[in-house]
Amino acid sequence: MGSFFHRHKGVTPYLLLAPGILWLAIFFLIPLAFLGYQSLQSGLFPDFQFTWEFSNFSNAIRDYHEQFARSFVYAGIATIACLVLAYPLVYWIAFRAGPWRNLFLLFIVAPFFVTYLVRTLAWLNILADEGPVVGVLRDLHVLGPDGRLLATTFAVVSGITYNFFPFMALPIYVSLEQIDPRLLEAAKDLYASSTQAFLRVTLPLSAPGIVAGTLLTFIPAAGDFINAALLGTPSQAMIGNVIQAKFLESLDYPSAASLSFLLMGSILVALLIYARIVGSERLTG
Amino acid sequence: MTDTTRERQGSNLSQTPAVADVRLEDVVKRFDDSTAVDGISLEIPRGSFFALLGPSGCGKTTTLRMIGGFEEPTEGRIFLGDQDVVGRPPYKRDVNTVFQSYALFPHMSIEGNVAFGLERKRVPKDELKGRVAEILELVGLSGFAKRKPRQLSGGQQQRVALARALVNHPRVLLLDEPLGALDLKLRKQMQLELKRIQHEVGITFVHVTHDQEEAMTMADTIAVMSGGKIEQLGPPTELYERPATAFVAGFLGVSNLLPGTVEGADAIRLDEGTVVRAVLNGRSGQVAAGVRPEKISIGAGGGSNELPGTISETAYIGVATQVVVRTAAGTVQVFAQNMDAGGRIPAPGTNVVLSWAPESTFVVDRADSVMEEETE
Repeated sequence: MGSFFHRHKGVTPYLLLAPGILWLAIFFLIPLAFLGYQSLQSGLFPDFQFTWEFSNFSNAIRDYHEQFARSFVYAGIATIACLVLAYPLVYWIAFRAGPWRNLFLLFIVAPFFVTYLVRTLAWLNILADEGPVVGVLRDLHVLGPDGRLLATTFAVVSGITYNFFPFMALPIYVSLEQIDPRLLEAAKDLYASSTQAFLRVTLPLSAPGIVAGTLLTFIPAAGDFINAALLGTPSQAMIGNVIQAKFLESLDYPSAASLSFLLMGSILVALLIYARIVGSERLTG
Repeated sequence: MTDTTRERQGSNLSQTPAVADVRLEDVVKRFDDSTAVDGISLEIPRGSFFALLGPSGCGKTTTLRMIGGFEEPTEGRIFLGDQDVVGRPPYKRDVNTVFQSYALFPHMSIEGNVAFGLERKRVPKDELKGRVAEILELVGLSGFAKRKPRQLSGGQQQRVALARALVNHPRVLLLDEPLGALDLKLRKQMQLELKRIQHEVGITFVHVTHDQEEAMTMADTIAVMSGGKIEQLGPPTELYERPATAFVAGFLGVSNLLPGTVEGADAIRLDEGTVVRAVLNGRSGQVAAGVRPEKISIGAGGGSNELPGTISETAYIGVATQVVVRTAAGTVQVFAQNMDAGGRIPAPGTNVVLSWAPESTFVVDRADSVMEEETE
């Protein structure tokens, strides 16, 4: 074995890459190609025919542009909420928590030990009409006597924010943790106040983490359907809910496939716009 | 350059030269479980190149950080000019620091790094550009303004760190082991370079180092520190020729310390009986007579102090030959100059007489001879 690798030095990297490439091919590229094939089919389950049915795409936009827009708005708000909540927290962990750093990081990741569905179901209980949160808010007259949290936009966006929070927090933590504290001393030595040192040194140096966290949060959030399904009503339905219903309930595979492609395409466009704004250098590292 | 450096920011322009740039009064710094600085008082006159020299853990860096405002003293007062700056944050002190690892901002260009302090002080754009260009020229990096720190070598980064601090024309420039990360050759070159720059800009430099040669090359005054205290403070020649303690004698160069007792006005009787003459400076009782290895001649005639011994080892080291001589008073090191090729150093086993001048004989406490061994 050793002598084989020795004699075929040029081959070794490809052999090491092979399992990964195979994995991508079998579980991503082939299904994707099949999905593309399906998106241009017509007919009724189970007798679909490939007919270059491009109207699947135009119909999808015509019928579901509202859910598309809602997905992006919800994902966008949740991403911003994650950023605003996560940054101060991980900043504190990275610079102030000292020996307790890893414990606090564990707390951030801990919800992941429970499955996604169960975590969201827990929110169902927390926000329920008979639940403690609604009770307290009603007593404080923040909510009216019939006010609810469940089945509102607030509930869905909160659920998404909660579920994707670690994807935002961890990359930012990593980029903050790498900052040499002497850089901040140097900034203060050069007459920068704490605020200026943060804005001119800490923030730009943590930008790669913010960019990574934003992407890791926004992309899956835009395609999410669990939060809208469990915590919302049909008027909070996101594009993920539509796709899920088409695939599993009405068995309309062609429109489900075309919707999936549209979602992928629109996320890609959003990404490109984002890359333009923040500078491609930061996206590629 | 000299004109601009005399122009100082703020109100402390017109001071009498009698006011020192930096003055520490009984400064103590205690951390949770240790005392890093244990009562230091010193004055650093304007325009001087001052070195804090000592082994690691002697409190020199803590002292520097207190002047810079990164640590606050537990006790005592720190003056910059006539202002007590204790409690003032670093950005409100008229000092700048060259950090040990340079601490250049990796996301900014060289220009951006150097301009950082001026921007914070809202220096007008035109003046800022001029000053940045001027200082980059001074450190020999004019062509590098647009590069990022990671594209520069260690020596170049060191110069950027220096330029970034100097461009602000601080009252005092603090240098924390500035040459520690450079290789030996570059370090020697930068030592002379730093000295040239200091002469040119005329700003007070306070330099922390554990390298006695570096301190002696650059500084005009050195404070040797040990255990949070100043052992001795003075110009390099004085510290070398007349060390006040065994620690200083051992830390700056090599010295031979021969234990004995003061006898009369200018003599010490060594424990084994020989009497040597020395500059006593009013000392009495149990002492150690010290002499530097290069002041000793092998053979009589080098001076009136004589000590017989046997050569145990010789080592040719180029500029000199190092000779170890066993005597009744202890082992003595001698550096014999290699004045002419061939060498006339006797072989090991030869009995010789060592001689040196009374003026070259200094006196230190005997008790702290023990300390020297601990720190070696």
